[in-house]
Amino acid sequence: MKTRRTLKGHGNKVLCMDWCKDKRRIVSSSQDGKVIVWDSFTTNKEHAVTMPCTWVMACAYAPSGCAIACGGLDNKCSVYPLTFDKNENMAAKKKSVAMHTNYLSACSFTNSDMQILTASGDGTCALWDVESGQLLQSFHGHGADVLCLDLAPSETGNTFVSGGCDKKAMVWDMRSGQCVQAFETHESDINSVRYYPSGDAFASGSDDATCRLYDLRADREVAIYSKESIIFGASSVDFSLSGRLLFAGYNDYTINVWDVLKGSRVSILFGHENRVSTLRVSPDGTAFCSGSWDHTLRTKNYLFVSLQVWA
Amino acid sequence: MAAGPASHGGLRRAQRPHLSKMERMVVSMQDPDQGVKMRSQRLLITVIPHAVTGNDIMEWLIHKYCITEEEALHLGTLLVRHGYLYPLRDPCHLELRLDETPYRFQTPYFWMSTLWPAAELDYAIYLAKKNIRKRGGLFDHEKEHYDQLHRKISHTWDLVVMQAREQLWAAKQRRKGDRLVIACQEQTYWLVNRPPPGVPSVLEQGPERNSCTAGRVQMPTGPFQTKTVDFYRREVECLRKALGRARVKSSVCLEAYLKFSSQRGPHDPIMSGCLPSNPWVTDNDTYWAMNAPSAAVPTRLRVEQWAFSFRELLEDPVGRAHFMDFLSKEFSAENLSFWEACEELRHGGQAQVPALVDAVYQQFLAPGAARWVNIDSRTMERTLVGLGRPHRHVLDDAQLHIYMLMKKDSYPRFLKSDLYKDLLAEAVVPPKTKRRVFPFMRKPRHSSPSPALLPASASREPSGGDGEA
Repeated sequence: MKTRRTLKGHGNKVLCMDWCKDKRRIVSSSQDGKVIVWDSFTTNKEHAVTMPCTWVMACAYAPSGCAIACGGLDNKCSVYPLTFDKNENMAAKKKSVAMHTNYLSACSFTNSDMQILTASGDGTCALWDVESGQLLQSFHGHGADVLCLDLAPSETGNTFVSGGCDKKAMVWDMRSGQCVQAFETHESDINSVRYYPSGDAFASGSDDATCRLYDLRADREVAIYSKESIIFGASSVDFSLSGRLLFAGYNDYTINVWDVLKGSRVSILFGHENRVSTLRVSPDGTAFCSGSWDHTLRTKNYLFVSLQVWA
Repeated sequence: MAAGPASHGGLRRAQRPHLSKMERMVVSMQDPDQGVKMRSQRLLITVIPHAVTGNDIMEWLIHKYCITEEEALHLGTLLVRHGYLYPLRDPCHLELRLDETPYRFQTPYFWMSTLWPAAELDYAIYLAKKNIRKRGGLFDHEKEHYDQLHRKISHTWDLVVMQAREQLWAAKQRRKGDRLVIACQEQTYWLVNRPPPGVPSVLEQGPERNSCTAGRVQMPTGPFQTKTVDFYRREVECLRKALGRARVKSSVCLEAYLKFSSQRGPHDPIMSGCLPSNPWVTDNDTYWAMNAPSAAVPTRLRVEQWAFSFRELLEDPVGRAHFMDFLSKEFSAENLSFWEACEELRHGGQAQVPALVDAVYQQFLAPGAARWVNIDSRTMERTLVGLGRPHRHVLDDAQLHIYMLMKKDSYPRFLKSDLYKDLLAEAVVPPKTKRRVFPFMRKPRHSSPSPALLPASASREPSGGDGEA
């Protein structure tokens, strides 16, 4: 696998990114408050918004491709409809949807543009109605900041998993707000959770330098992906389309590719000059995109930061 | 030197487990038997004991962790950048050089976990020492810091200068070798804690996280500190549910993964490639055009995927359309329409809920409805009761019933039907793109219209934003 595209344009650390369902567009957010929508195939920037806060740690693309959501230290999640009208300022149509009492760490649209799920540093997750900003359901149970979440690809589409600083990964029922299952085997903060494509299991990446696979039907951890030489935390994980490979971005600037079934590492990718903060496989599995905190000093006054697409 | 507040340092360690792991690694590197080969290095006329070269470190890492050279170099570089190893020559740049440059292990006193955060006073003393030792010996960024600190703590500046002089005097009493080593140690510490501009700081963490690790010195008032009766009640309930839960054997689950992954292997572009070619590799987006959501003729892999699970058939708009055709022939198309309407309700806007519930009821559930769906009486009763107070989940039971009906009954028949067999036969298998002979003659990359420009799409995705550009 090699870097096929480098997207330069953020002036500061890239914190989060998400793919559009059209398999080529992505939205990315950074520390300085900039949120950019790219056509990563042509590397053109299509939209850019500057949030009024720094550390935009969460961003998501709407399933229809017509809006994006983002949030961070402002404790809110805002939805921006994407418009190509030159006369309109994107920030003008911004909708403030979620309100938390601490930073927003993750957000995701559910099956449509109308509902959004958020995770926050205040220890809760919440489901919101985008149009009215109404809180539909809240999820309490984590003992510390919630850092990540992922929706289950199930037939009934009613559960999601969240991971937090209390080292727990919890599976929730969206309808009742109850915690259905909890897993606590990590030794440190869980930075990222992602479902296995069949929906029967999920992987988590943590600051304890391991990634683990938890099975929902067996109700336990079934695999650990770790190596003695890997000592930095995993910040972001995602599966390939078949679920055979697990891509994990680490704080030691590398991306390790694990064989999910054998538990061994397939390869290690060097391509970033600072910690990899976010990693997502594209919706059709043709590539994955990694964003990091690195910057390349170009001229005296400008620092460019890279997002890379690998295939 | 003023020691950093130990309790605060201890707290930080819990949030940065990689530091303790690096420290363990460095300690094992210094093991007399199993550690890195140490030798005495000659620097001009002084001899420094217990030095190692970059190559030694790499070899040791490769041997101990069974990793490649590239990875060992990367790991070694990280150790140096975090200040656990320092070069004795050219100590201004923290990197692992593979020449004969001698390196030494940093004394634990200066480890990031021990003496952190770096005290301003200490930095002032260090800069003052440097200034006194050699006029104009400060780098630009150090000069700036020096001036800043001078302004900030000008009231105790005499103390700073006095300390600096004392330390320099004490150092003069030492042997030249020791003096050099201590100077290098200190310089490395400050390179890590006050990096020059352009060098990324390894100390940077994201926003502060409120983790529950024990031993917090300060207890901020928050919802996590006092565990109330409620919390324990919930815990007990959760555990009780866990006890009663039916579990599947891990071996069964693992077999399921094997089956799933081997079934999907050929469909995974990263594992098996994709035809005609991966757009990211060849800059040719034909693959996307052929697999577009509304493609006229689906590819063979895509049609095969409809047989994997009912969910995947429904998720694909083309598959769903063909399934709808099939159901129409069997006069049960209202099932799928009902399911779609329920999905719209579940994922729609809150404001539309009452209207949608009513519409669904009128069209599918009311006695004598135009497209009446066959639900068992118990579910129908429950649903009708729920309709009194409509909410987005009121039709969940009915929806699940119909879904299962389609899944267990219509779906298997669909897969055995002529309709499906014909689709498989007509499906396209795109030829592999021939390798370009002149790879530098790149095809221009086509841009595609943004989904945000398209008019509001039908059924599944109610357009959130304004449909017109």
